Amino acid sequence: MSGATTAVRSGIRRGLIELRQAFTGMELINQLLWPVATLVAVFFLRDLPIGDTGYELGTIILPGALGMFVALGLLLVVQQLAADREDGTLLRAKATPGGIRAYLVGKIVQISATILAYLAILLVPGVFLVDGLDLADPVSWVTFTWVLVLGLVATQTIGAMLGSLIASPRGAGYLSLPVLGLIAISGIFAPITGLPEWLQWIAQVFPVYWLGLGMRAAFLPDDAVVVEIGESWRLFETAAVLGAWAIAGLILAPIVLRRMARRESGSSVAQRRERALQRVG
Amino acid sequence: MTMTDNRAIEVEGLRMRYGTDDVLHDVTFQVDRGEVLALLGPNGAGKTSTIEILEGFRMRSAGRVEVLGSDPAHGDEDWRARIGVVLQSWRDHAKWRVGELLAFQGSLYEPYSTAQIRRPWDVDELLAAVGLTEHAGKSVKTLSGGQRRRLDVAIGLVGRPELVFLDEPTTGLDPKARRDFHSLVRRIRDDLDTTVLITTHDLDEAGKLADRIVILTGGRIIANGTPDELARQFVGHDEISWVQGGERSVQYVADSTAYARELFARHGGEISELELRRASLEDTYLELVRSAETSADQLAEVTR
Repeated sequence: MSGATTAVRSGIRRGLIELRQAFTGMELINQLLWPVATLVAVFFLRDLPIGDTGYELGTIILPGALGMFVALGLLLVVQQLAADREDGTLLRAKATPGGIRAYLVGKIVQISATILAYLAILLVPGVFLVDGLDLADPVSWVTFTWVLVLGLVATQTIGAMLGSLIASPRGAGYLSLPVLGLIAISGIFAPITGLPEWLQWIAQVFPVYWLGLGMRAAFLPDDAVVVEIGESWRLFETAAVLGAWAIAGLILAPIVLRRMARRESGSSVAQRRERALQRVG
Repeated sequence: MTMTDNRAIEVEGLRMRYGTDDVLHDVTFQVDRGEVLALLGPNGAGKTSTIEILEGFRMRSAGRVEVLGSDPAHGDEDWRARIGVVLQSWRDHAKWRVGELLAFQGSLYEPYSTAQIRRPWDVDELLAAVGLTEHAGKSVKTLSGGQRRRLDVAIGLVGRPELVFLDEPTTGLDPKARRDFHSLVRRIRDDLDTTVLITTHDLDEAGKLADRIVILTGGRIIANGTPDELARQFVGHDEISWVQGGERSVQYVADSTAYARELFARHGGEISELELRRASLEDTYLELVRSAETSADQLAEVTR
């Protein structure tokens, strides 16, 4: 068997081990926190009507939140990359044949599976909280699947690039602010058509909005489209924007990652650790 | 290729410069297969830069370097599979179980198994070899400092490397963990016939483990030889003292036995309380480092 095949197979194994670690003990509570908080928001907003559309806010939020959690994969990649560089995990991978490839496959497996778990935690109780979701129609699930796949590729490759460029876990922490801001203007928790037009344009550059829109297109009944821009689900545009981000990520991420990995060495890890200790002290 | 099959590492005219700072000047040395070489020097001597260049983690500024027949700057995965790297201790993979981590690391070496060298090393055997059998199911973060370091060595060995790099492996270990670690390194050398390059700032450690010692100070090699050769070749002045006519005299001499014979032949019964202290390797080392630093200072004075 070739080195590359082994690296992929070992990477999957690595991803599953990390997945188990991410969902055991205290980690499990951290993992549940945000999906459960989102469910609570859905619960309190479930009866709030949106103008005179006949739809309630909770119904709109739930599918949008699915999109949002796919987008949060970006933050997970950035945070884990930063942490793994600081503690020497990445250097260990570099010292092993095929180690970097296995590491990246492992990350993709683990983070994608984590996001699927988030979506299940949201969706399973969520369908009992809100009315009017279109879950029985197979077309809903087809749309869900392609939006999900494009979204996972786009956000994780962008995350890998940002994670390579950001040097420290602290920098990774700062990144969550703009991401949360982006979520706020992306029509996840309130229809985007209520925002000023220039904000709508900003939101439409990034994948978060399109992930939310795609998920709403998948699970909301057709007449809920009235709260969207142009009163259209814009599936073609969704595929185009998410696809463009995904392709850009697939092309650029390996280049940026290779450059970052090339610069890892024992002394660069030591320097980072010293800086981290200075911050604490 | 100029390198013989018997050479594991060949370094010639190696230079390293960070910005305007030269940290390695014209470093030249070789390591034969099966040899344990200690790269010894005070902190900041350039040991880590040297070992990182050899590991392929850092680009050199100039010079020729061959590690197992390849330039580490362009080492491919096949080359990587023949080399073991024991990093200074980090906190990586803290949540992993010990056995699980070794099995994962080992799995990446499977495609590089050959008729002569079966890769990877069986995890249970390896755990037994480094004395971690009963900790196999524990998570890495629960290990003590010495256990963690032995795991680092096990990870470095799991691919049955032909050459192992150990960078300051005993920093921060308590004396017992240190002794255990030393016997582990001796076993690697004796049982596995693996070439070992170890960096340390501790002369005692270098003397205990190494077949040959290369002393690096201020980015230059100032000595290269077996521990015995170094002790003889440099300084090599024993301290001899005696009492004659109620007064104690002290002399530093190269051949203390001949000097004592001469002393008795000349003064016979007048000599009493003869004491002799052999030049230890430690004296040699400190002397070498001191004189290298002095001459570097003088050089700095001159060029200022």
